[in-house]
Parts: sequence; C-alpha cells; structure tokens
Amino acid sequence: MADAIAFGEEQELIASSALDFLSSRCSFDGVREWMKSEPGYDPDLWREIAALGWLGIGIPEEFGGSGMGVTEQVCVVESMGRRLFGSPFLASALAADLLNRIGGDEQKRRWLPGLVSGEAIGCLAIGESSGSWDLARPTARATADGALLRLEGEKCFVLDAQNADLLVVACTLRDEPAVVVVERAQLPDGALRTERLVDETRRSARLRLDGVTLPLEALLAGGDVAESLGQTQMLGALLVSAEMAGVAQGVFELTLEYLKTRVQFGKKIGGYQALKHPMVWIMAGLEHSRSLLYRATTLWDAGEDASEIEIAVRMSKAQSGETCTDAVDRAIQFHGAFGFTWDCQAQLFFRRAQWAEYTFGDAAHHRRQLSELLLGNPDGGATPAR
Amino acid sequence: MSVALEPSEADLEAFRQEARHWLDEHAPAKPSFKLPDSFLEVSSNEQFEHLRAWQRAVYDAGYLGISWPSEFGGRGLPQIYQDIVNAEMAARNRPFMLNIVGLMWAGPVILKFGTREQKKRFLAPLLRADEIWCQGFSEPENGSDLANVQTTAVRDGDEYIINGTKIWTSLGTQAHHMILLARTDPDAGSKYRGLTFFLAPVDGAGVDKRPIRKMTGEYGFNETSFRDARVPAGCMLGEEGQGWAIAMATLAFERYAEGGQAGGLDMVQLRVAELVEMARECRRDGRPAIEDPVVREQLVRLSIEERAIDMNDVRRHIEGLCRERPDAIGLMRKLVTSEFRRRMSRFAVSLQGEAAKLYIGDPAAVEDGDWQRHYMNAYSVTIGGGTSQIQMNILGERVLGLDKG
Repeated sequence: MADAIAFGEEQELIASSALDFLSSRCSFDGVREWMKSEPGYDPDLWREIAALGWLGIGIPEEFGGSGMGVTEQVCVVESMGRRLFGSPFLASALAADLLNRIGGDEQKRRWLPGLVSGEAIGCLAIGESSGSWDLARPTARATADGALLRLEGEKCFVLDAQNADLLVVACTLRDEPAVVVVERAQLPDGALRTERLVDETRRSARLRLDGVTLPLEALLAGGDVAESLGQTQMLGALLVSAEMAGVAQGVFELTLEYLKTRVQFGKKIGGYQALKHPMVWIMAGLEHSRSLLYRATTLWDAGEDASEIEIAVRMSKAQSGETCTDAVDRAIQFHGAFGFTWDCQAQLFFRRAQWAEYTFGDAAHHRRQLSELLLGNPDGGATPAR
Repeated sequence: MSVALEPSEADLEAFRQEARHWLDEHAPAKPSFKLPDSFLEVSSNEQFEHLRAWQRAVYDAGYLGISWPSEFGGRGLPQIYQDIVNAEMAARNRPFMLNIVGLMWAGPVILKFGTREQKKRFLAPLLRADEIWCQGFSEPENGSDLANVQTTAVRDGDEYIINGTKIWTSLGTQAHHMILLARTDPDAGSKYRGLTFFLAPVDGAGVDKRPIRKMTGEYGFNETSFRDARVPAGCMLGEEGQGWAIAMATLAFERYAEGGQAGGLDMVQLRVAELVEMARECRRDGRPAIEDPVVREQLVRLSIEERAIDMNDVRRHIEGLCRERPDAIGLMRKLVTSEFRRRMSRFAVSLQGEAAKLYIGDPAAVEDGDWQRHYMNAYSVTIGGGTSQIQMNILGERVLGLDKG
C-alpha cells in the first residue's frame, strides 16, 4: 500500500533550502521595492532561482528540466507564499506544463529549455471574462487561413503577460479547444492592457488577440487538448493552494509576533483569550491545509486515479482558501489601527491572499465541484457524476 | 501469526489480512439491548459484560497491547501492528474497548513511571479487562483548575489515608482501581507541588460511590467519596510530590498527544459517509436532503475536515512537514476531533427535518434516534479530559508561545 503522504529526505532538502534562500533574499523591504517596479520582480533574483533549478522542476530532463514531481514544486511555492515572493514563477511554470503536455517534440525543444533556464518567461492565457472557472470552451478563436492562424477575441487575468516572451493561449479552432504559442514579437502594439490588481506584487493583463497571426507551427496539437487544459488548471489550483498555505503561515507568524510584543492594559495582548483562541483555530486550519496539500501532491506524483487527484486538489484549494482568508482577515484586525496602515506588512499578505483565493477557483467553487464528485448529481443521481 | 520486530511490507500486509479475517469471523452478535456510545456511558450490567467480553476476546486473540512488553502481558512488537488492528477495527466500526482508562491512560503512565512490581501487578489484568480502572482527577469544586486538588492523602506507616471527593468518575461503579491525584503536602507552597499520584484500590472500605445521571438519561459516571480509605504505600506511582507531572503525562495519553496506548477503539466511530447515506434517505421540503444545496455544502465541508483530520494523523509522523510546530497536531487532536464530532452530530440531527425531535425508542425515529444521543454525548468529549476552552489555552500558550491570560 502506498504512503498516504509521501515526503522524503530529498523533498525536505528542497523545502528547507527554498525557505532558507527566500528568507535571506526576500525581505519585506525588497517586496515593497519590487512591487513599485514595472516588472514587479527582481531580474537578478530570477536568474538565481533559475540557477537553483526551480524553473525546471516539473520538466523532463531531455528538455533541460530535472523531471521531479509536483511535491517538489509545491515545496518551493509554499515558501514563496510565506515570504511574499513576487516573480513570474507560477505563470512560467504553468505555461511550461501545458507546453510539455501537448507540445510536439519540435515545439518542446524550441521553447522548453528557455523556460527552464529562465532566459525566456512564459505565461498562460486561459482566463476569459465570462466569470467561469470552467475554461474548457474558450470563446477566443483561431481560424485557419492557408498556412496561417488568425486569432480573435480577448483573454483576461493573464498572469505576467507583461513579462512574458511566450504566451500560451487557449482558444477554439474548428469548434474544438486548441492551444497556441504566441511569441512576444507577434503581438501588435496595444494588445496588452495592464490590469490593476489588489495585489501590487503581481502583474497581470488583458490580452487582445485581434490581428494576431501565427504560423501553423504555433499550434500545440500533441495530445488531448481539453484534458490537458484541465490538468494544467488542476496544477494551477494546486500550486496556488500551496502559495496560500505559505501566505497563511507567513501572516500567522507576523501576527503571533505582534501578539507577543504589543502591550495593553499592562499585559501582552496575546494573553487575552479573545485573541488567543481565534489564533488557535487558525493554527488548526494551517495544519489541515498542509496535510491536504501534501496528500494531493502524493496522489498526483503517484499517478493515482484522476478523480481521486481532482478531489484531493479541490479539497486542498478549498481548505487553503478558507484558512488563508481567515488568517489575513484576523491579521489586520489583531494588529489594531496599525493593521489598517500601508506600513503594516499584514496588508501585503491580505492583498496576496485575495489574489490567490480568486485564482483557479475560490473555496466555494471547489466545494461546489466537490459536491458532485462526492455526492453525485444534485438532480437525484445516486452515483458521482464523474 | 506473521509478525516480526522489523516487519517488511509483506509481513504487515499478511498481518493485516489475519487481523481482518479475525475481525470478520469474530464480529460480536448484535445484542438485544442498546450499546452506549462510548465507555463513558456504560449504564447497565449487560452492557458492561458485553463490552468486557469483547475486550477479552480481542486481547486473547493477540490484538490488544501489542506494543507493550511481553513480560507485562503485551507482545513486545512495533506499534505499527497495533495501528493496523486499530484501523481495521475502525473501518468495521467494531465495539470500543471497555477498560479505556486502563488501556489508554493508566497503563501508559504505569509503563512510564511505574516500578517493575507495579507493571507486573497491574498491566496484564487491565489488558484482559479482569480489572477495571477509573480516574480520580476532577473534584466537585475543581474541574478545569485541576491542580487545585483538595483530596488529601496522609501517610500512616506503610499506608496512606485518603479523604475527599472525586467526581465524573466514569466506570466508577465497576472499577477496581483508580488513578488518583491527592494532596500529600498542603504546605508545599504552590498548588502544583505537594500532589501525589496513586494507583488506588476503590473496591474496599471507606469508598462511597454515588451514580450521577447524564443529560441523555444514561448513567456511567459517579461521585466517589473517600472517608479514611486506606491505600498501601506501594500503590504510589513515582514519588511523593511528583503527582502533577504524572497527571500531565496522563492527560497527554488521554488526549492522544502522546503515543503508547494499548490500542482498540474508545467510542463509536462516526464518519461523514454515514451522514451522506442518511441525507439520501431523509427528506426535507419534500425532496431527498441530499439534493438541497445547503445540505450539500455542509456535507462537503465536513468531508474536507474529516480528510484533513485523517491526514494530520499521517503527517504528524513526517518530521520534515512539521518543523514549524512539531507538537501541534498531537496537542490539538483532542480539541479538533471532539469539536468536529459535536458539529457533525448536530448537523446529522438537523438533516432529519421534523423527525429530529424524536428520540431513541420512538418507532419513527431516524436510525432509532442514535444521532440525537450522539449529539448529546459529544459534549462528554468537548468537556471531559479538559474542556475545549482549556485546550485552546494550552495550545495558545504551549504551542504558540502566547502569554498566560
């Protein structure tokens, strides 16, 4: 019987070295500095994490990666959340994942090594303005015109589009879902409109595809596109869940520190049960989040049944979302009026949490999906729908 | 039987198959009377004897106290064997053990603090439920403030004379022995000092037992009064004045914050899957409850929490994933599982619509009103062994390092 949670020395080494590295290199001052810059991250630090091999964790060795699992990826992302690290890591990792799933050999050789080395940055353009997290039927369209593909429509919430050299775009071609790779130079002027985000450490844009024409080689057609899009989205949900587990832990530490130093009525405020007891429940939520997170990575890396993985990932995102949202909410409140200020670091966590909660499905969305997976169709079907 | 000191996967799998086989072959017949929800509510002699027979059968088959030393009635094998048996019992919802105070609390502290004599004397009989144990910590005026013990023990030759009253003594009626916290030195200068821990006989002279009725109408716990009751000095566990430390160790076992229990289940297992089944059967507003979006949302929330609790029990043994708070999962287990059980039972009752008003014995009650009783008895765990509010203080102070209020 497989371990319910598999986590070995190798993974621990990656997790602890990622946390050590980010703890020493990613300070709150740094975060505040980078967030004012146009790209939103530090290119030198980006090169360093590339050199550490973080960008190639999920990519096979033949394309420059290390062929490790999502457990390792999650270890790294959890620490990024904890330190509020901002970079195109998530965008580029997900673009590479989808490319790796459905790219042809030629296409993978052309694009993946650059994404792994960090010389190129990728992004994933799958979101649309329909308000749905079920993105299997994009309204953005590609039309074949001789040896060319003509794109039209709009994508939104494209994470790090401004920073990307490669945009991996989901669209519809002949009524089927399709994915194309757009290189930065192929975008007409004004194709990107920067979105103003609650989380100022992130970069995101709307992408107008009208007028983009691509050669046929830009079409990724190496596998089941709809299924692969679903899997990449699941990976997105899992990585953002890891990020939220980290954000929750980070803001929890910040708040604890305050409760241990701030004195009112002659006592440290952490001694008051009105603050102490809610902190205990947030701690319980942190423990739940982490257990569900690494349960999901274990099933994923073991290649377990797809519906079991889906259940585990959705449970993880739902739990991380609830806990993280609670943790940042109480962090502001428990810091008192200082918590309400720009200078208090709690607001940075608050804003990051809000970005993460609504990325790849919020907790309510995942519970809704879980209700079908666990309880069957609400119209009386006795067996799970999938 | 296929057991080994350093078992391979194959050894464990073979053992698991044997345990499954035994549990399937020896499922106790459903009695004509209703069994209690846990060892805390044993109200009748027939319940007592039924549960005692089950514990004995499990022990005699070699499935209890597996990790305890063989010279004291155990089998001296790795804990993993007992874990396997426990999991298989839980999966089948087999009856819980009767002698929980002995198996899970008294036994482990005797193993930890006892003399060889004491281990020889007490452990094997408690494993076989030949001797029943109860706990004498709480007093009428001292519950959460456990250290404020008023019961006294005064040395007289090779005996101690006990005076005072203990309360909420589960199985107090049937018990042969009590783990008893008493004050031996009233002038020690602090309420935590001057306490001593006894393995006291409670079937002799000077011990008065008054049953207390529970909110469910059941019995199961007592007020136990000592009037010049004499206890041999050899029944002292550890040393005079060491009582508080041993009491704290006992609570760690009781709350499963520390391992070393003899094994077996301690109460009826309640799983979300049962609620899902009930939601398919029960109708609300003319439709199966399972079609109600509000019900579905709650069932999913409970499912996530149940999975998290199960996975916490796995993760707590993986050091690399517990660096921030190594003891947190163990120490919070009692709080989290007891509160979960309470909320889950409350929701199970609410699923039943108007039938939620019916109780055990009404022919139209859903599942014979069991969930109504589960809900009420859930408080025995959110209050007993240290209330949830005390648990939150302990966790806030000991795990998070926050000030005492």
